[in-house]
Amino acid sequence: MAQKKLSIRIDGQLIAAEEGLTILQAAKANGKYIPTLCALDGLTPVGACRVCLVEVSGVDRLFPACTTPIQDGMSVITNSARLARYRRISVELLLIERNHTCAVCVSNGHCELQSMATSLGVNTVEFSYNYPKLGVDTSHPRYVLDHNRCILCTRCVRVCAELEGAHVWDVTSRGIHSRITSELNERWGQATSCTNCGKCVQACPTGALAEKGWAVEEMVKKLGTVTSLAQKRGAHV
Amino acid sequence: MKRITIEPISRIEGHGKITIHLNDEGHVAGAEFHVTQIRGFEKFTEGRPFYEMPGITARICGICPISHLLASSKACDAIMAVRIPPTARKLRELVHCAQIVQSHALSFFYLSAPDFLLGMSSNPARRNVMGVIADYPELARDGIELRKFGLQVVEGLAEERVHNSWIVPGGVAKALAASVRERILSELPAAKAIIERTIPLFKRALDNYKEEIAVFGSFPTMYAGLVDAKGNAQFYEGNLRFRAASGEIVQDQIAAEDYKQWIGEASLRESYLKAPYFVPQGFPAGVYRVGPLGRINAADGCGTPAADAELREFRERFGTVANSAFLYHYARLIEIVYALERIEALLNDPQILDAHVRATAAVNALEGVGMIEAPRGTLIHHYKVNEEGAITWANLIVATGHNNLAIGRSVQQVAEHYVDGAKLNEGMLNHVSAVVRAYDPCLSCSTHADGSLAMRIQLLNAEGALLDEIAN
Repeated sequence: MAQKKLSIRIDGQLIAAEEGLTILQAAKANGKYIPTLCALDGLTPVGACRVCLVEVSGVDRLFPACTTPIQDGMSVITNSARLARYRRISVELLLIERNHTCAVCVSNGHCELQSMATSLGVNTVEFSYNYPKLGVDTSHPRYVLDHNRCILCTRCVRVCAELEGAHVWDVTSRGIHSRITSELNERWGQATSCTNCGKCVQACPTGALAEKGWAVEEMVKKLGTVTSLAQKRGAHV
Repeated sequence: MKRITIEPISRIEGHGKITIHLNDEGHVAGAEFHVTQIRGFEKFTEGRPFYEMPGITARICGICPISHLLASSKACDAIMAVRIPPTARKLRELVHCAQIVQSHALSFFYLSAPDFLLGMSSNPARRNVMGVIADYPELARDGIELRKFGLQVVEGLAEERVHNSWIVPGGVAKALAASVRERILSELPAAKAIIERTIPLFKRALDNYKEEIAVFGSFPTMYAGLVDAKGNAQFYEGNLRFRAASGEIVQDQIAAEDYKQWIGEASLRESYLKAPYFVPQGFPAGVYRVGPLGRINAADGCGTPAADAELREFRERFGTVANSAFLYHYARLIEIVYALERIEALLNDPQILDAHVRATAAVNALEGVGMIEAPRGTLIHHYKVNEEGAITWANLIVATGHNNLAIGRSVQQVAEHYVDGAKLNEGMLNHVSAVVRAYDPCLSCSTHADGSLAMRIQLLNAEGALLDEIAN
């Protein structure tokens, strides 16, 4: 059965898009760029990072493009001074929350958070850093989890649950104390449900999840393998 | 009892302070060298995966990060229990020699040349690298060119000049490109020519500094440095040798993993820098010196023709074991000759372009020690890890640490000779800080040699009240 087509405007351009799509999907299908960080093609969107915020005419608050479904007659602005400022603030808040020391990070030069900060022009951070004391889970024989570099995008949680079907990862605690956790708060190496597939590592946008043994700058994620798998699965959950 | 404080000491790497104690007659009663910063690397690296250590510890210093990368990677090699590919070993030595050239050039031409070319008592506003450029433009240009050569070799191999990601546990990240080898070989003769011009110039200048040679840290101590099985000085490989001022070899071929048996570390009350000492002689009697002078005193020779010729002449002038810290400058120049010869030999090694440059392994040993000769002396990285590879304990002994006790003694000797309690002047101040500078201490990271005499001297009485003060 053919999906109902809705008429929306993105940055003034009239677009016909299928009902049920998100603003991000409709924009992508029509060649419009909206920056994203936590979103990954084929995985359920969660709206965690707030980098894809857009303006919708007639509504004062901003909407995350990845989780907001389109509505008939909706007019979306993807780029404005206000959006640029809010997106920058979103990235700055991610940077201050934990200890992102690019210079000594395995993902330096290949990090989505870093390149997003660069492309949004985050060259200074106007908030004071939290400097939390966070641990590193080295218990897995092949991979390592460094909470210092985690931005809680939950790509690992989703890719493990939705693609691998293992659901090793989840988020524990609340607010500023939220942490990625494996199995029932076991150390990763002791998580019996982990299949060692490494999808979480490849999907992670920063150096939070990495293969063991790489020196600074050497961890290049194979994101393409994860997204092509997810797309094959045809995933709008 | 009066006290004179010099803070900060300019034209050294980092921040240091000197305190001179005067007795009631105004004579020097004692002197101390303090390092006033704490960095905390050994503590905050706990819990990190061991293979991150080279990248993290390299950030200790921006002048010779390669030393830390190498010592740390060697410690990691030991934790992985791998024998790194022979070409990787040679490439590591090659990049290290290039770093020694650039670091020694920085110390000699930029930081210390103003003292012995312009005069220790000359106008402090001009007694800096800018003054050298004005009065000795050719020498200044040579210094800049030589440092550039060293840095360009580093860049050719490691892509980044300062904190590279090329030196990794298990070897190096990438093989050497043939084009880079050709380029370095073509630039080598010009670098050699610079040092061949500079050494005679320095030898002539030595005659003006007989007084300094006699009182600049001129006292017998032991000397330590890495040597190979034949007793030749080594920068990257080899085992540690201690030689007494008498020339007698006190202890030879100490392997990295046995360092604790021979080197103890004492904590000092007024300094964040520990004072290592030779264990059999105890603290503080077990004073020894490392660095350029330590290496050439400890070794029998260099093993390369031009450096050995210079070393022979040096020993004819100052004996088999030279005791004056002023001669660190001379030793530094001989080492530049040696490093350039090693660069040439390594580049001409038929194996040097081999593509197999990295070994991989997980944790195979729970402890590892890496020991190399940094430009300023022996550098030791010692790590312990758990079975998952997370650092549980780390100990770093840096070159300047080994020299800590000797620097303190040298300051006292210079102060006794030059300091007159009744009068404070900048020339005297500069003699005191110049002796510190002779050791080229690296107290932490960077220096601010912008031309100002960033020095303050305070004369305090026994109650700590300020009697006199001069500052620029």
